Amino acid sequence: MAMTATVGHAHADPHHIGVVIEHPGPAPKRTVTAYGFWVFLLSDIVMFSCFFAAYAVLVSQTADGPKGSEIFEQRNVAIETVCLLLSSFTCGMASIAADVRNRFWFYLGMAVTCVLGLIFLAIEFKEFADLVARGYGPSRSAFLTAFFSLVGCHGLHVSAGVLWLLTMMAQVFAKGFRADVLRRMMCFALFWHALDIIWVGVFSVVYLLGSGV
Amino acid sequence: MLGKLDWSAIPFDQPIPLIAGGVVLVGILAVLIWVVVKGHLPYLWHEWITSVDHKRIGVMYILLASVMLLRGGSDAIMMRIQQAIAYQSQGYLPPEHYNQIFSAHGTIMIFFVAMPFVIGLMNLVVPLQLGVRDVAFPTLNSVGFWLTATGALLVNLSLVIGEFARTGWLAFPPLSELSYSPGVGVDYYAWSLQISGVGTLVAGINLVTTVLKLRTKGMNYLRMPMFCWTTLASNLLIVAAFPILTATLAMLLLDRYLGFHFFTNEAGGNVMMFMNLIWAWGHPEVYILVLPAFGIFSEVVSTFSGKALFGYRSMVLATMAICVISFMVWLHHFFTMGAGPDVNAIFGIASMIIAVPTGVKIYNWLFTMYGGRIRFATPMLWAVGFMVTFIIGGLTGVLVAVPPADFMLHNSMFLVAHFHNVIIGGVLFGAFAGFEYWFPKAFGFRLDERWGKMAFWFTFTGFYVTFVPLYVAGMLGMTRRLQHYNVAEWRPWMIVAAIGMAVLSIGVICQIMQLVVSIRNREALRDRTGDPWDGRSLEWATSSPPPVFNFAFHPDVRGEDAYWDMKIHAQQQSLEHDVPEYQDIEMPRNSPTGFVCAFFATIMGFALIWHIWWMVILGGIGAFATFVVFAWRDHDEYVIPAAEVAAIDRVNLEERRSLVSLAGAI
Repeated sequence: MAMTATVGHAHADPHHIGVVIEHPGPAPKRTVTAYGFWVFLLSDIVMFSCFFAAYAVLVSQTADGPKGSEIFEQRNVAIETVCLLLSSFTCGMASIAADVRNRFWFYLGMAVTCVLGLIFLAIEFKEFADLVARGYGPSRSAFLTAFFSLVGCHGLHVSAGVLWLLTMMAQVFAKGFRADVLRRMMCFALFWHALDIIWVGVFSVVYLLGSGV
Repeated sequence: MLGKLDWSAIPFDQPIPLIAGGVVLVGILAVLIWVVVKGHLPYLWHEWITSVDHKRIGVMYILLASVMLLRGGSDAIMMRIQQAIAYQSQGYLPPEHYNQIFSAHGTIMIFFVAMPFVIGLMNLVVPLQLGVRDVAFPTLNSVGFWLTATGALLVNLSLVIGEFARTGWLAFPPLSELSYSPGVGVDYYAWSLQISGVGTLVAGINLVTTVLKLRTKGMNYLRMPMFCWTTLASNLLIVAAFPILTATLAMLLLDRYLGFHFFTNEAGGNVMMFMNLIWAWGHPEVYILVLPAFGIFSEVVSTFSGKALFGYRSMVLATMAICVISFMVWLHHFFTMGAGPDVNAIFGIASMIIAVPTGVKIYNWLFTMYGGRIRFATPMLWAVGFMVTFIIGGLTGVLVAVPPADFMLHNSMFLVAHFHNVIIGGVLFGAFAGFEYWFPKAFGFRLDERWGKMAFWFTFTGFYVTFVPLYVAGMLGMTRRLQHYNVAEWRPWMIVAAIGMAVLSIGVICQIMQLVVSIRNREALRDRTGDPWDGRSLEWATSSPPPVFNFAFHPDVRGEDAYWDMKIHAQQQSLEHDVPEYQDIEMPRNSPTGFVCAFFATIMGFALIWHIWWMVILGGIGAFATFVVFAWRDHDEYVIPAAEVAAIDRVNLEERRSLVSLAGAI
């Protein structure tokens, strides 16, 4: 991509291999932005991994409270997962629409992504509210602490994502498909897809494994 | 309305913090009034506070670190005096105040002195060494700095309003849980670190991207100066380790604020999980701090020996090896907590293995000096002082990496001496070396050598007089964090250590004097060449201080030691330069985003500490609004026309050429 192979002069080729890779200079802005955002996403995944680790350590510490298999509802989780995976698809559609500067499909893609995200959040919120109402809130046991924190942290990210999504729609409405708006759109899409990947982890480790216990 | 905040938060009954706080407050007010009355406010606002220039931000980071060094240093002086006089007596500090002091000392020195100092130097130098115009994300850079400043501000607020943690610098639970620390001390600790931690993460992402994506033409990985390599390694560690700190503190805060059970004694919480998480961040943190210092020493040693760095490739390999191994040793921080002999043995061996690449580095520096034309300027003194001191610190480190020995030395003054040995002898000496070495680049004049050398010798001597007695006291069984004691054998060593602290303080005063004297004599110390040390890397290829765009052209790099190479070629061509074709340069516009963001973060942090919920919401909305306003602006860059670039560059070239021809005539 950024590297080009050229036949170098002796000075640049201390080992006399004949071919040196000459660095062509600073990368274009789009590459730099995407790269930096990837690095941020990696750091975010490290943070999630701490909550995953905490969940793994505390999963059996139920303090005579409920176990995972007693509180998880597979049907809701299935709907949540479908919503989120679908929203990744529509987010991808919106990205393509932005790349070809098609406002209609961009707004449509983003709006559907937003609605799917909100449905996901609503189901999660209802799950949390029901648990708290039954006396199974996060302070009931260390297991519930870890469960609420891990799933809630993901939910918080989705909420931030929805806020960002709406801001992006407003930006395109006000500024059009300007270069910097497109770069931000690219970062948003990366963020949204990363949330999907993390959800796959949550859904496997918490709900699937947890229901078997 | 104001949550937990009321008049009892201000310690009217304790004279020391109140007087200290009062003096600082008067000082700040006096400076503010002076700035406003003299009409410097617009200059400060436009040229510094809203600046997104990496050089300015670097300087502000270092200024913040220097101020906090005085704060953390005065804590250290108070502790050494307390331990010198607290034999069979209470000393002059009440126990709960002493506990706050040692917690604040550790927290401040690591997070608000060492971190901003090395990040400041990296910010200042790395884009120059890479031959580029700025870091990857200039505005984000400013946000990162101001968030760090917010953290520092909150820690200092705790001096007057409320209290600071009494838990030690890592706030181990269950002591830091609500039931044992019901006050706001731990909340001050956690929120100030949480906010400044975001700033650090942002800086890390920025510098990783800068090194990996923004190198000038021809600067392959194996042509980067060593400091860029260690910057890369250190910032990779930041990106990988700081999120762990964020998560750990978030869990502790959830426990304290919402009654969660991550680390509590009841309902299945697990205290050991905190130890594992905090040290999984905490051990890499040590290398985050010391790796940039290694980079500085590499630059300094090779420049002042007049030789290319010996074993450049092995140095790169050693750096990256340390980067990886640093994540495999965290458990040595709790050998004594019952992990069992197998686990202890594995982590003991890993901890010792990290001494191998470090040893490679030491030998490389020694071989660089061997046969070189060594000039003992102040930065070189710090480098040599470092090598001697760091070897001792490393050896005692290998000693405590042996689990059985650690069972004897755990939590003793020996350990305190060991980590001060590596942090002061490694990080702080490195920071001072970098400060002396790059000061002329940042400000256009050199620092006074006489005061600099005095500062070095007083600091160096004071360091040994302070910390060697602590090794001995540790061997005699003295544990850390004692408010007072009844063992007669320890006392003489504590008195010697207090004397050492006085010598160390003279070193600090010399450094302040050096700054004052150099600023006063700045015309005589002016560096017109841009290359006061006969340097080897690209930062010396531009004027001092560099123009806002750093380089009129992206330099074309042909090998290691890029600027040295250029100088040799220039001599061969007897300075026959083609007149280059200048082009317009686009630079990022200044932005108050960072400052405004930090303003709202301060409000939010303060409100969270005191449970003032409406203010939390206000701060959050403000911070979000700032980002939206930033995202909405239409012009984020301005153009410096080619004619202006040409004018600036020609003046610099003329000045340089006149100096070179002058030197040729002599």
